[in-house]
Amino acid sequence: MLKFTDEHEWLKIEGDVATVGITAYAVEQLGDLVFVELPEAGSAFAKGDTASTVESVKAASDVYCPLDGEIVESNQAIVDDPSLVNSDPQGSGWFFKLKLSDPSAVNALLDEAAYKELIA
Amino acid sequence: MDDHSPLKQTPLYALHLQLGARMVPFAGYDMPVQYPAGVLKEHLHTRAAAGLFDVSHMGQIRLTAKSGRIEDAALALEKLVPVDILGLGEGRQRYALFTNADGGILDDLMVANRGDHLFLVVNAACKDADFAHLQAHLGDSCDLEMLEDRALIALQGPHAVTVLAELWADIATMRFMDVAEAELHDVPCIISRSGYTGEDGFEISIPAVSAEDVARRILQHPDVLPIGLGARDSLRLEAGLCLYGNDIDTGTTPVEAGLEWALQKARRIGGSREGGYPGADVILRQLSSGASRRRVGLKPEGKAPVRRGALLFADAEGQKQVGNVTSGGFGPSAESPVAMGYVPTDLASPGTILFAEVRGKYLPVTVSALPFVTPSYKR
Repeated sequence: MLKFTDEHEWLKIEGDVATVGITAYAVEQLGDLVFVELPEAGSAFAKGDTASTVESVKAASDVYCPLDGEIVESNQAIVDDPSLVNSDPQGSGWFFKLKLSDPSAVNALLDEAAYKELIA
Repeated sequence: MDDHSPLKQTPLYALHLQLGARMVPFAGYDMPVQYPAGVLKEHLHTRAAAGLFDVSHMGQIRLTAKSGRIEDAALALEKLVPVDILGLGEGRQRYALFTNADGGILDDLMVANRGDHLFLVVNAACKDADFAHLQAHLGDSCDLEMLEDRALIALQGPHAVTVLAELWADIATMRFMDVAEAELHDVPCIISRSGYTGEDGFEISIPAVSAEDVARRILQHPDVLPIGLGARDSLRLEAGLCLYGNDIDTGTTPVEAGLEWALQKARRIGGSREGGYPGADVILRQLSSGASRRRVGLKPEGKAPVRRGALLFADAEGQKQVGNVTSGGFGPSAESPVAMGYVPTDLASPGTILFAEVRGKYLPVTVSALPFVTPSYKR
């Protein structure tokens, strides 16, 4: 199941774990990324907390945790090569995997059609 | 500046939109921050080939002595800048600073000797204040004109000279900081071999009505890409050049800013026209005995950019604050973060390790010689 937030994150949900990244639209707005800072596995976040920071040549931007949960894995590949986020934002450019405190909370997120309408 | 006043447009506004620029407010103008290529590619393209910048928001001022003598115009302007203007030959340009009574910097500018008048290029955000400052202090002896009907573009990069040579063959004979008048596509332009990127390049003042035509013809060259303010900032930062309002302002003196090279001998102690500008007492004293702090280059050790406003500490625990970052970001050519800031003079030696506060962490940064890239000016 694929879900979106109005902060331009995507979540691919498998059981109670969500793989989280930023959308192609977000990447387009940010421009070429030169630095990514990711949360450590085991750290817990509430919805809306800053979980990650990305930087373009020009500016730093926060990436928010889309739901309450605990980080189970971070994508070291985008730390080593931030341009992966630009080239494949909704694939190999994923940020982290989040074990959801309440898997039913995903129902409140946007589906793909609603997200497309948001950025239209 | 009134944030609610409508944004002004340069003569190249329609061209920016057509090129797909992302426009942002800057110094009261609606300006291109980047084009579809993006900041990173625009930056690297400028260092590898040639980039075209619209800098028409900057102020272009003509200063003419009422006597008609260029020497009188030069001596008049010297009352406001710690720079040797009288010694500036015809067809030459030089960097200058307007200072205030405390030795602080009101603006930085370029001054060209155009034979019968001086031609000044000042920062967009300061241009109205600069004009009023000039009028108040020099109005009795000089005529001043803000050239509202001219655009200003910059073509920067190693291929700039070959691109422009197709329009004006003699351009290759110009040296760094030469200023000449020439026709590009039958349009009379004022061309200087200078810029704000650390690259060889040219700034071209064009009558506003012809600016789009000249810019389009330059952009037709396969080596040229349009470059926005984003890359302009990363290019000048790598080149160690100050941005007014960030790295220099009324609270910094030319000596603190490391701009002693811009203060020629004639205006220093023992020089033929020693002092005689606002804040001369402070600046001459600092030239002799040094200032307590200094602008330095800073190279963060990790990959995280350290940006303007970050505090600098002597220790990794953030106990003793010693300075602050005034410009910082990622340097695409340096392939690493780069920054500038002010530190106490005893911590200003290259190699000194300091710590910058970024998101609650204290990241090691090394004081580094400026610039971060080797300039390729054609001297």
